[in-house]
Amino acid sequence: MYRYDAIDREFLADRSAEFRENVVRRLAGEITEDQFKPLRLMNGLYLQLHAYMLRVAVPYGSLDSRQLRRLAHIARVYDKGYGHFTTRQNIQYNWIRLGQAPDILDALAAVDMHAIQTSGNCIRNVTADPYAGATAEEIDDPRVWSELIRQWSTLHPEFSFLPRKFKIAVTAAAKDRTAAKVHDIGLVLRRGRDGTLGFEVIVGGGQGRTPYVGPSIAEHLPAGRLLSYLEAILRVYNRHGRRDNKYKARIKVLVAALGAEAFKREVDEEWSKLDPALADAPDTELARIRGAFTPLAFETLPARSEAFETARAADPAFARFARNNVKAHKKSGYAIVEISLKAPGQTPGDASADQMDVVADLAERYGLDDIRVTHEQNLVLPHVKLDDLPTVFAALQAAGLATPNIGLISDIIACPGLDYCALANARAIPIAQSIARRFEDQDRAELVGELKIKISGCINACGHHHVGNIGILGVDKKGEEFYQLSLGGSGQEDASIGKILGPGVTAEQVPDAIEALVDTYLAVRQGEERFLDTVRRVGFAPFKEAVYADAH
Amino acid sequence: MPTLIRLQHGVYAAAEDRFVDVADGDAIPAAAPVILSLARFQAEGDALLGAGREVGVRIASDEEIETLAYDLPRLAVVALQFPKYGDGRAYSSARLLRQRLGFKGEVRAVGDVLRMQAGFMVRCGFDSFAPADGSTPEQWANAAGRFRHVYQRGADARAPVFEERA
Repeated sequence: MYRYDAIDREFLADRSAEFRENVVRRLAGEITEDQFKPLRLMNGLYLQLHAYMLRVAVPYGSLDSRQLRRLAHIARVYDKGYGHFTTRQNIQYNWIRLGQAPDILDALAAVDMHAIQTSGNCIRNVTADPYAGATAEEIDDPRVWSELIRQWSTLHPEFSFLPRKFKIAVTAAAKDRTAAKVHDIGLVLRRGRDGTLGFEVIVGGGQGRTPYVGPSIAEHLPAGRLLSYLEAILRVYNRHGRRDNKYKARIKVLVAALGAEAFKREVDEEWSKLDPALADAPDTELARIRGAFTPLAFETLPARSEAFETARAADPAFARFARNNVKAHKKSGYAIVEISLKAPGQTPGDASADQMDVVADLAERYGLDDIRVTHEQNLVLPHVKLDDLPTVFAALQAAGLATPNIGLISDIIACPGLDYCALANARAIPIAQSIARRFEDQDRAELVGELKIKISGCINACGHHHVGNIGILGVDKKGEEFYQLSLGGSGQEDASIGKILGPGVTAEQVPDAIEALVDTYLAVRQGEERFLDTVRRVGFAPFKEAVYADAH
Repeated sequence: MPTLIRLQHGVYAAAEDRFVDVADGDAIPAAAPVILSLARFQAEGDALLGAGREVGVRIASDEEIETLAYDLPRLAVVALQFPKYGDGRAYSSARLLRQRLGFKGEVRAVGDVLRMQAGFMVRCGFDSFAPADGSTPEQWANAAGRFRHVYQRGADARAPVFEERA
């Protein structure tokens, strides 16, 4: 965890006081909803279908037990007893009363949390690899760079009224768990041939109505020049991004219109005018940030744990959990534990207050007090001893948090859809639930293997359907909900945008259609080939035939 | 005469606006200092400046501030327009005026200028404000000075947190 100092805390206190004053003015009728709207949107407060929705920032998806307990407390006291973890590693509450919002922000500030830049046309909360600091794959800890970006972008004087929202993701591992290539800026940290740290800078990826895999405009930006390069990109975008049409205002449209080469030239020209001494962070500050992350007291442990091996041999349920939810850690004797928020019948990403408390307790007792939120809407205990895994598993199981489906067919991303969202055309959550129920048989799910289904309730694509191996988009046709299927998308290092398979199907037909796709895959796959690889190899024909056979 | 909020030597105060904001179709008044659109300035600015008139230029949010680079030493005011509060291009223009083009005169925020923007504007180098929401200088000062700390360098003199910490 990055530890806040007095300066960070005073900043949050000032922010809270400002928000409270504005809410008081609104409730007293001194300002209209129109005047209040920009103020509340700068604090993550949306007006949704039924109530206010508050989105709380979880910077780069990193929490400690004290913070997660506070999120549970807020769910219990100010909402209906649960919260919803989002694809941007944040948490949102769907049933907030305006008069209580200032108290919530105060309660958050007391544990170094806030809702700054979780909405509005600004640089949004930066996201990072949820395995940061735990995976052996990483070149450096992406949280250090994410925290640098968090500070630089916080109430940025020049870049708080951009043409549209702006999302940055940071990863330092070859396996991309951040969907870096479909962000406004994706930063991939690598070590160059000369040993220096540098960023590949990917700009203009995105989903929404016009999905793009972002092009790379810098192969190896010296890491110390990150902030000035971001400033150059943001300035070009702030000045030249479209403002006449909100659907064409994201940076991806500017990059696509100019072409990646011309956009890069503009950025490089702007960058050449910036003075590193003024525009880049001093090395001392970077070192201070690095040092402000709590050092973790790893024990020296053997790679093999008897307790783990014994439990795995004795308990098939634990063995299944270990196969699917436990990932390799950089330290021997430790593991990364994924906690699925996709139990059958559950709303993807939802966690009850009690469940949050359980995870917080486990993190404190067995997980070096570290918790992560993933962009796939699950939680992670990044540092658990293999010896403690059976105990942690039992506690998760008792809390309904041990669903062994990470990366499998029922580990679905879905937006809130028509059940909550004012923009949606169709339901998304019930579709996810019906698919999860259909594939409840865990043996079969494991046989199918990695298969990412992503569901959006409208073309804004908050459910990431464009990058689903199977994408599902809800559309409204003359008052009836239909679901368009697409295949072949990926949000990972092999990113691609899925293509539409054929005509939409009804909500009731969705599970059958998915089943037909899966059966086809199982029939034609070669060896260990993932669903995505099979689709890429054989094309759409057999899948199309299977889904639409009955319709002929 | 309309009033402005001016920031001078760290103090926000009401100030009379000596300049006549001349719309493109209107005649230029006989003697008063004027603010002209960029196009009008390019056509008529030299003559007015030559006659000893104080002249300012109004820059629309889609106009490039660099166009004025060589005229800046002769200008008293650059008025940057906010057609809507959410159109943030003028923030970049203000910062470039101060930090890249070295403009020392008045940088004025005009249009949909709201109190909630005060802090951002001041940090980008604006020192003159024509609020659209009836804000008083005191309210403006409170809004602009709300935060004890700033996380990054701007066009103002405030020390960012990493200098405070050093």
